[in-house]
Amino acid sequence: MAQGPAGTPSTARPRQTGRKPVASGAHSAIDSARSPQVIIAPADAILGVTEAFKACTNPNKLNLGVGAYRTEEGRPLVLGVVREAERRVLADPRQDKEYIGTGGTPDFCRLSTTLAFGEGSRPLQEGRCATIQGLSGTGSLRVGGKFLAHFYPVKLVLIPSPSWANHKNIFERCGLATQTYRYYKPETRGLDYEGLIADLKDAPEGAVVILHACAHNPTGVDPTPEQWQGVLEVVQQRRLLPFFDSAYQGFASGDLDRDGAAIRLFADAGLELLLAQSYAKNMGLYGERVGALSVISSDAAVSKRVDSQLKATAFGMYLNPPKHGALLVTAILSDPELYAQWKVELKGMADRILSMRQQLFDALQEVGAPGDWSHILKQIGMFSYTGLTKAQVENMTNKWSVFMTMDGRISMAGLSGTKCKYLAEAIKDSVENC
Amino acid sequence: MASVGVAATLAEPQRAAPVRAVGAARRLAAARPPAASRLDGVEMAPPDPILGVSEAFKRDTSADKLNLGVGAYRTEELQPYVLKVVRKAEERMLAANENKEYLPIEGLASFRKATVELLLGADSPTIKEGRVACLQSLSGTGSLRIGAAFIAKFMPGAVAFISRPTWGNHKNIFADTGVEWREYSYFDPETIGLDFEGMIADLEAAPEGSVVVLHGCAHNPTGVDPTKEQWAKIADVIIAKNLVPFFDVAYQGFATGSLEEDAFAPRYFAERSIEFAVAQSYSKNLGLYAERVGAISWVLNDAGAADRVLSQMKRIARAVYSNPPVHGARIVSEVVGNEEMFEEWKGEMDMMAGRIKAVRQELYDALVKLEPNKDWSFVTKQIGMFSFTGMSPAQCDNMTNKHHIYMTRDGRLSLAGLSSSKCQYLAEAMIDSIDNH
Repeated sequence: MAQGPAGTPSTARPRQTGRKPVASGAHSAIDSARSPQVIIAPADAILGVTEAFKACTNPNKLNLGVGAYRTEEGRPLVLGVVREAERRVLADPRQDKEYIGTGGTPDFCRLSTTLAFGEGSRPLQEGRCATIQGLSGTGSLRVGGKFLAHFYPVKLVLIPSPSWANHKNIFERCGLATQTYRYYKPETRGLDYEGLIADLKDAPEGAVVILHACAHNPTGVDPTPEQWQGVLEVVQQRRLLPFFDSAYQGFASGDLDRDGAAIRLFADAGLELLLAQSYAKNMGLYGERVGALSVISSDAAVSKRVDSQLKATAFGMYLNPPKHGALLVTAILSDPELYAQWKVELKGMADRILSMRQQLFDALQEVGAPGDWSHILKQIGMFSYTGLTKAQVENMTNKWSVFMTMDGRISMAGLSGTKCKYLAEAIKDSVENC
Repeated sequence: MASVGVAATLAEPQRAAPVRAVGAARRLAAARPPAASRLDGVEMAPPDPILGVSEAFKRDTSADKLNLGVGAYRTEELQPYVLKVVRKAEERMLAANENKEYLPIEGLASFRKATVELLLGADSPTIKEGRVACLQSLSGTGSLRIGAAFIAKFMPGAVAFISRPTWGNHKNIFADTGVEWREYSYFDPETIGLDFEGMIADLEAAPEGSVVVLHGCAHNPTGVDPTKEQWAKIADVIIAKNLVPFFDVAYQGFATGSLEEDAFAPRYFAERSIEFAVAQSYSKNLGLYAERVGAISWVLNDAGAADRVLSQMKRIARAVYSNPPVHGARIVSEVVGNEEMFEEWKGEMDMMAGRIKAVRQELYDALVKLEPNKDWSFVTKQIGMFSFTGMSPAQCDNMTNKHHIYMTRDGRLSLAGLSSSKCQYLAEAMIDSIDNH
């Protein structure tokens, strides 16, 4: 039991002075009224879904809250090409554990920007792109946000409604104000294009605007190529500063170039922009925390200075980024054979997701679920905004043991062919009766 | 949170180029970029001093060159060293086909357990009672950073006291998170030892509730550590003045060669029921520099408080990097969790610390031989990777410019980068620099 300082170390100790013995339940000085009471932080909504799923004993339970790819058997996947890259890295006698530079290796950065912007991209050729390795998407957004908070005169970030919940957190922690712009239209379960354009037109000139490069999270709703052109125009008109979040390149359509089209449209139009790239999903490197932050400036000289400040920002936060994931990315992107293998495996993941969408849609038709479910096919990427209401979602969970987030989002990655019928029944029941 | 306290490494913000008003909607021709960059006001950041040393070293073509700048362990052949036990762990991990799923925000559970036990001892009642809030984070720096952000939010107005001198980044980390920092006396250049009276006086004068950054062992850059008796007196003042220690434990194992011995100070403070924060790093002792493995922990008097503090640290971490990298944590977990590997680690730790002790002795012997009338005892009295020589910037410049020996201009040499065969050369260079500049 907790008592006063117990035991005696082998060396002589002076008599205790002043301090009361610790009794169980003793008040923590850190936690005292001298400072704001440390209250328990609110539980993470998405994690809560997984925990509830784990606790559920129904053999038919389905976890559609998961934000990571799952195989048809419902298991996590490490890509074969990643395993191969790991074997090579481990076998390489030249590999050591020395600090890599604050910005990551030049190779990693070059390969990442080529992947995102394309081989012939003018900003790259003209030396106008400053890139550092970042801690996956989150870390890249955070360093970018901090950089903007310090150096960019407009301290406002426009975020689509809805968006990944952490966007708001990250930018507010950087000391920036956030504001939403219309994005999702519940009536159509599609894009509120007019609302989006109107809100961007109304925004203060020069504001930062978060754009999901593809496979919008959480809705799965992406602009069409024509709509992207319209977004580009209003961004140019209002001199907004685009900050792309690219977490699904290749994972959405199965085609890296297609999924990079929006980023490239803006970069080729000569805009200054920021890009946060993540390899969490498309290379399955979730826990390795590997990504990149790029800043394209209109001027190579500016770009050099920006580069130094991105590094200075990252340095102050964590000195230098973790090596392992970056080594795997570099190995895969720089070796033609591995690169080709990666594209095949990436397409495999994307295809399975697309197949789930089709199978779910077909099942919904088969069971006669009321309503138009074409949005399941039109939406893209891991997530789908079903349009289910809170009450319907509760029914999904409580009656059918289908775990999903309250906003009606489901993760296609958590679905398998054998479960589509069950899910369709659950949806039908929820829509008809709740 | 308003942006406060700019890190020293960031340049002052300049007024950005004015945003030109746009009248009617105009379509920009696809190929033409805007005339002026809105990031034009960004200034070149000053280079990191230690990085600068390494880069200058790389460019140096002299056969005699010696890099004693970075605190990274080198073998006698002056090569980087990947611990055998680390390689073994990685092979096991590959063979086990571990997945790469996200870790929870607080990190790998087995890593956290191993890390807290390494610090406080597996039998620690503090651990058994659930009174430690431990969050895996990005090595020492990242851990300090989360700790500082927590302090900024939950101990507003608290001042952080850092030793004079201390690791260069301490002040940046606090400044960057908006925590005011001040110095407490620590190093006495006269004795080349601890200015204990000065330290105690400064701590006694500190406002109640101040944070005090203490190096767990092997103080960086001075190599001067308090004795056990002095630690006891420091604890007395901390208790009396209600101060909050924040241990920086980056060299556990590098002081005495024993992981346990080197944990004396935090264990002692825990025994005295002092609440404190601690940032731990595996960069040096497990040679995992590149993998960024460490932890920020709070040792508290109350398990409920520990839960709440952890939840808030998670919230902070979520907005910085979401969840920590898995690779290094798994290596630690493998090594510390396996009795055989743990023993093997202890052996390699002892070997690394032993090599540094050996070159200390050789350097000392060489210096005494060359100049017997000077007191060189600081070389062998100082603890850990570094030798704080007391050399002036001008003398340090001479070391580099004339002798191609790279060090930091505060007079710090990293003996981890010294080989036995170079001790004579170093001694000669030091004497030349000290006597003639």
